[in-house]
Amino acid sequence: MRKSNSNIIGIDWKLVFLYLILVFIGWINIYSASKTDIHFEIFDFSTKYGRQLLWIGFSFILIVVILFVDTEFYKQFSGIFYLISMLSLLGLFVFGKKINGATSWYGFGNFSLQPTEFAKIAVSLGIAKLIGEKQFDLQIIKNQLKAFLILLIPSVLIILQPDPGSALVYLTFFFVFYREGLPRYYIILAMVLLISSIFTIKYGYIIMEIVTLLIFISFLVYTYNYKKYFFRKYWIYYIAFYLSFFIFIVATSYIYNNFLPQRHVDRINLALNIVKDTKGKGYNIKQSEIAIGSGGFLGKGYLEGTQTKGDFVPEQHTDFIFSTVGEEWGFLGSTIVIVLFMVFILRIIQIAETQKSKFSRIYGYSIASIFFIHFTINIGMVIGIVPTIGIPLPFFSYGGSSLWAFTILLFIFIRLDANKSNEW
Amino acid sequence: MKSRGFLLIFFTVLTGIVFISRLFYLQIISDKYKKEADEIAIKKKFTFPERGFIYDRKGVLLVANQVSYDVMIIPREVKPLDTMQFCNLLKISKSDFIKKYNRAKRYSPRLASVFLKQLAKDDYAYLQEKMYKFNGFYIQKRSIRNYPIKSAANVLGYISEVNNSLLKKDKYYQQGELIGFSGVEKQYEKDLRGVKGVKRFQKDKFNKIIGSYKNGTLDTLPVVGKDLTLTLDIKLQEYGEKLMKNKRGAIVAIEPSTGEILALVTAPSYDPNLMVGRRRSKYSTLFINDSINKPMFDRGLKARYAPGSPFKIVNALIALQEEVITTNTSFVCSGGYRYGKRTHAFMKCHCGTHGKVNFNRAIFKSCNAYFSNTYRRIIEKQDTPEKGIDNWSMHVKSFGLGNYLGVDLPVGDKGFIPDGDYYNRFYPFKWRAVSTISNAIGQGQVETTPIQLANMTAALANRGYYYTPHIVKKIKGKILDSKFTLRKLTTIDAPYFEPVIEGMYQVFERGTGKASKVKGLKICGKTGTVQNYIRRNGQKIALADHSIFIAFAPKDNPKIALAVFIENGGYGSQYAAPITSLMIEKYLFGKTKKPYLEKRMRSDTLLQKEYRKILILRDTIEKIKQ
Repeated sequence: MRKSNSNIIGIDWKLVFLYLILVFIGWINIYSASKTDIHFEIFDFSTKYGRQLLWIGFSFILIVVILFVDTEFYKQFSGIFYLISMLSLLGLFVFGKKINGATSWYGFGNFSLQPTEFAKIAVSLGIAKLIGEKQFDLQIIKNQLKAFLILLIPSVLIILQPDPGSALVYLTFFFVFYREGLPRYYIILAMVLLISSIFTIKYGYIIMEIVTLLIFISFLVYTYNYKKYFFRKYWIYYIAFYLSFFIFIVATSYIYNNFLPQRHVDRINLALNIVKDTKGKGYNIKQSEIAIGSGGFLGKGYLEGTQTKGDFVPEQHTDFIFSTVGEEWGFLGSTIVIVLFMVFILRIIQIAETQKSKFSRIYGYSIASIFFIHFTINIGMVIGIVPTIGIPLPFFSYGGSSLWAFTILLFIFIRLDANKSNEW
Repeated sequence: MKSRGFLLIFFTVLTGIVFISRLFYLQIISDKYKKEADEIAIKKKFTFPERGFIYDRKGVLLVANQVSYDVMIIPREVKPLDTMQFCNLLKISKSDFIKKYNRAKRYSPRLASVFLKQLAKDDYAYLQEKMYKFNGFYIQKRSIRNYPIKSAANVLGYISEVNNSLLKKDKYYQQGELIGFSGVEKQYEKDLRGVKGVKRFQKDKFNKIIGSYKNGTLDTLPVVGKDLTLTLDIKLQEYGEKLMKNKRGAIVAIEPSTGEILALVTAPSYDPNLMVGRRRSKYSTLFINDSINKPMFDRGLKARYAPGSPFKIVNALIALQEEVITTNTSFVCSGGYRYGKRTHAFMKCHCGTHGKVNFNRAIFKSCNAYFSNTYRRIIEKQDTPEKGIDNWSMHVKSFGLGNYLGVDLPVGDKGFIPDGDYYNRFYPFKWRAVSTISNAIGQGQVETTPIQLANMTAALANRGYYYTPHIVKKIKGKILDSKFTLRKLTTIDAPYFEPVIEGMYQVFERGTGKASKVKGLKICGKTGTVQNYIRRNGQKIALADHSIFIAFAPKDNPKIALAVFIENGGYGSQYAAPITSLMIEKYLFGKTKKPYLEKRMRSDTLLQKEYRKILILRDTIEKIKQ
């Protein structure tokens, strides 16, 4: 039993160690991806790797601050944090700076901050605060709506920037809701809708309608013959359900083909293998696959990647940083990084499950889900099995905002965990 | 409640497994990415070494190099250009430009390929100055062949761009590179070409070179091609080609004591300089499509003819070895040889004797009756005709007949020597020695190539052995293949050769070659006259006979052995024998004492008329068939 309220002793060193090693591997790969022959100085802050080093240094300051703040602070002020965060997203529409077509940045001289990244912290705290209330029951529709609203506000604000990829991250909170008692059929419904959307896009709505109609008719025949009671009682619901499903499929196809911006359609088409295009839209993915595929088992060696050196993979130091790992460290290195991420996420889940405070547990689960979705979408995109969605790989991708946001996200949890013996 | 926590754990592990499997596919199973990465990121620059020179046995330069300039293209780097000006500079039409551009793009948009090959020197000088205007094009210096002596085209062969099937087979070559395509150029390609040097550079996404690849540790320096010295005596070769003017056929001359090929003449032939530069494609198609003269068909190595009477020499030797006759054996010749009890088939003889013919006379008068009897005795010595033929075939093959000789040239032919098994299949009924009697005089099923006959003559000259004939005498910095210095024995013991050689000597003194005698030189030879036909609809139409001669000289310590073959040249003594004696004289003395004969051979156009006749005959047969 830990007595001390002071946090250093109680922190989970395994998690800290995983954090440090991921940040370290991330930085050496950024060095490789952004190195030019002109600069050799590591602390040259005009270079990408020099600046990233600066941000890593600043992260350590943040960590110390976070660890010295009382846990109650995070709980009590989570509402305020959420409010500030939402205002910062809103403020973008007035003061924001446009980079790459999206107004997602606040500019301070030659330095920019991306509030979108920090919103994840606020949302995680907000969700933990809401669901963490004693006797809060997610079976109740009103409660469900409250929880969804917390996600909906940042999602809408982010989509409007427009940065739909970052908004997609909030879908990961379904893992949290499910864990905390959201009825199972929500998840099943979400799965069914997701899978049928994918199939509709891939095979067209006509085939989908025919196939699902056949399944539905056989279902009706089955219930009519063997479950007469259910059939008599519910047949109208069955048909109503199928009709809405029918409309959903047509609507999906219609929206996909008419309303979704063309660049998203292109990306999804590429990932679903509907079109093959290696020159235009598919160029990034193609180059990334070549870089990774040419790494072989042991890789080409650190700083020896020909594709990395020649700068063939666009955005290699940010979203496509994993292609550097793949090329220079090969199958062995990439597998180690993937296993490190898995262990990292699983360790967070493991610690979250041991929390005595509901708030800490939900917060831990939230950040595990966030790391999971970033890990899945980013690496999935880089190795060509997920559509191009520009979200960073935690601790690896170049950029101060994302590094700091992920660091804060993690160390608030480590701070909460360190205090668990005092929580009753 | 807690079991619900497994969902995220499950998905985390699942994602990890999917990722690792995908990486396993990308990095370990699939090998296309490695290739693509090299293509995208690494630029290879080649330095081509100079191709080895080729000399004749006396050190006369036969094949040298000259500089040529190719216009290269990298389609991806081509920027909009003044096409009119560019076409004018290159002297091509606009449609040509589009065709060539598309061809290069089809090959690879990223890799360099030849746009226009082998520019004229003046065009190059002019173009070089304007080249900066045309992005994606550059000029590459290349070395092409040059032939100071217009001779021995088929022996030397030529070089040409590698074709697609070879590109796939041999990774050494890149599109547009030159490779030996025939003759010595093909056979000794690896020695002649040397090894090209490679420099690798790292490119960036703008296709700009940003440095060496791996600090140049993988770069290699070019290795210069090796010079070849051929066994050919180019003076003799040229002389032979002159004598063969307006004829079809071959002359093969071998030095018996080494197996070195002194001359390998095939007629008609062509000027090797036609196979250089831009005119090659025009002329090579022309020559390959010429099914009448076949200038690219090396008759010396590939043409199969019945050997005719020279083959009697081999039969005589086998008979002596098998002890079915002695040098004292005589047979009665009644102007021919009668065989086939019921059919009364009759083989005519021109030996001009009625009565007893002895061994010596049989050879120099080429008596068909004598050799038919001899052959019969050879076959009938064994229990069955099948065993008899097998035994005979074994002896014949020991002279290098009936199979590839192993000459160091890329083409050749096995010829044909039948065995017992062959006749079992050939004749549906029971067969006897006489059923194969044509073999006695070198007709029938026996077929040989001129080089096989020349080699057989060398074995006679050596009294029982030969060295595998070869065309390369020396390769700079390399030891010659040991198979060319290995003595190959025939199955005939040395003492049996003397009486036979005496007979061959008498051919020039008293026999069929008397007219071609050279004063003060003991030549041993044997004439041959080979019947040949066209077969159409089961009908045999006789054509003019082939004229054949084999000889070696001097009788003691022979320096040269030859076989001469003139298609449709009539009697052996008509063309083949005089050409043989002229060749021997030329080789041994450097000049001939018979300018009149020389002149006659060189200006003779009689055979051209004969060939035209055959052509017309063939055409009529074709027409009748239709």
